[in-house]
Amino acid sequence: MLAFAIRRLLHTIPILAIVSLIAFGMIKLVPGDPAVVMGGTNATAAEIDQIRRNLGLDQPFHVQLGAFYWNLLQGDLGNSLLLNVPVTSAIIERLPATLWLSAYAMLLTLIFGLATGIIAALRHNTWVDQAATTLALIGVSLPNFWLGLVMIVVFSVHLGWLPTSGFVDPAENVIGFLRTATMPAAALAMLQIGLLARITRSAMLEVLRQDYVRTARAKGLPEWVVVMKHALANAMIPIVTVVGLIFSVLISGSIVIETIFTIPGMGALLGNAILRRDYPMIQGGLLFVAAALMLLNLLADMLYAYFDPRVQVDRDG
Amino acid sequence: MSDALLSVRNLTTAFAIESGSTIAVDDVGFDVRAGEAVGLIGESGSGKSVAALSILGLLPTPPARVLSGSAMFEGRDLLKMPAKELRRIRGKRIGMIFQEPMTSLNPVFPIGEQIAESLRLHERLGNEAARKRAIAMLDRVGIPSASRRLDDYPHQLSGGMRQRVMIAIALACDPKLLIADEPTTALDVTVQAQLLDLLNDLRRETGMAMLLITHNMGVIAEFADRVVVMYSGQVAEEAPIETLFDAPRHPYTQGLLGATPTLAQTEARLRTIPGSLPDPAAPPPGCRFAPRCDFADAQCAAGRPTEIVLAAGHRAACRRTDATAAWQTA
Repeated sequence: MLAFAIRRLLHTIPILAIVSLIAFGMIKLVPGDPAVVMGGTNATAAEIDQIRRNLGLDQPFHVQLGAFYWNLLQGDLGNSLLLNVPVTSAIIERLPATLWLSAYAMLLTLIFGLATGIIAALRHNTWVDQAATTLALIGVSLPNFWLGLVMIVVFSVHLGWLPTSGFVDPAENVIGFLRTATMPAAALAMLQIGLLARITRSAMLEVLRQDYVRTARAKGLPEWVVVMKHALANAMIPIVTVVGLIFSVLISGSIVIETIFTIPGMGALLGNAILRRDYPMIQGGLLFVAAALMLLNLLADMLYAYFDPRVQVDRDG
Repeated sequence: MSDALLSVRNLTTAFAIESGSTIAVDDVGFDVRAGEAVGLIGESGSGKSVAALSILGLLPTPPARVLSGSAMFEGRDLLKMPAKELRRIRGKRIGMIFQEPMTSLNPVFPIGEQIAESLRLHERLGNEAARKRAIAMLDRVGIPSASRRLDDYPHQLSGGMRQRVMIAIALACDPKLLIADEPTTALDVTVQAQLLDLLNDLRRETGMAMLLITHNMGVIAEFADRVVVMYSGQVAEEAPIETLFDAPRHPYTQGLLGATPTLAQTEARLRTIPGSLPDPAAPPPGCRFAPRCDFADAQCAAGRPTEIVLAAGHRAACRRTDATAAWQTA
């Protein structure tokens, strides 16, 4: 398993190199001059030239690229044009909020998605199944920003139960975290709950038909052991593949949700950077998100191997 | 019979289909005495597997539903007892093995765990004790170096080995009755013979009774003390093994035997039974075999034949047993 993980980590290096090249090139292709943007409306031509020199934008393309990679290897993603701080430290400062929010949303997705899917499969073709499937469909159909706004109106404005915005680090105050993060996490998770419930339902229906489930019943095992052990362990194989995907969607989905709930996370940071053409920040964010997604994919693959003994990880990744 | 370990009477099982329901097992009855091996033989679709699964409550309901009948096991009716009590009998007093060894084991658990699980449940053994017994069971069913195989997954074993593991699971708690549903059908011929030998040995050792479901006359000949022949969801004939082969009286049994190749065969071609099994959704009104039967007359097609007891332990559901008595082995 360890050799598998290391080999997969090495595989990510060329992918990251390509992503960084795209990130670098994309900015060169986009119209608009960052030096002009930075200088502001009152800047003179000389001032803009000065800024351009500081950023190295006057250098030939290959020199810029070389410098970009040289700095990248040292963990230096340049300075944010907007915030005037290193991109790396800005991202590291904002990362925890996004990760906590995504993890919380993931937890909600797992609990409610799996439960809904399993119950629907067990009550196949009854009103319970129909209700669960309909709810899942509604969950998939609702845009999360709309859901977030409705939640704010209902729970914050009318009922006054939860604050409309803000974020508390759970390491400092768990209750505060739950109060601030539950609404955004739920809004974020709703679509994924619907998705996971549907996947779980069909995976369970498929597995419950199998001969080994009948064998488990022939052993005299109680029904809940048959379902939660023998059936679910097999249904987890297709589910895990989707869970990896869901987590990456949750991270990218947080851009909008963080903006609505004014949570100081990666999403809000990148959203602003894109609107204001803060190129180094966009580059850094792109690289960070790409790296995070690859790490998640690796994790999903390892989980997959864990759940399916037929996958031989140590022979060929 | 009162000395029966398992006594099935009037078992009727239906499957819901789009246009109503179809009767898969129709008024079936037979006995299995303690220590006895009974063969349940019939073509695919004759209802033999459905009958066995009905007894243990292992059919998916819906679509399947046991409409009536009783299955007395050790004095209690399996068909009427609460699910919880039936679970205490399944895997403990009655073991079952299935046709498909490739898919009947759970692919994500080691085989040792799949055996030990029954022992922890029914025998209340701890982890260590259950593991030890699982090793002993694997050893008993002829799996070499059992202690090293314990943590293997099913995909690491051959079909024959997997069926041995299935037998180990079924026999782990020392059941009084083993129901074997086509246990060798999916295996190579050489492996079939080995497994049948193994089952015979185990039966001698433990003194358990066995209900063997098969469509293979050769397997029945080697194995059973008594045979129940099923046709289209009904019992056609029941006889001790010698009687069945020497003097079968139901035309269907005679047809089956005529269609079985033997070494003494003198004819160039096997005799076959013309026609095919009736559609279970619309069976013929009278004797279900009548459309394919050489002896059938107008009355055969009119009403269901009553069972005729020909000798002790020999009965046939046929109106024309007087005419079929002249049957000779090929």
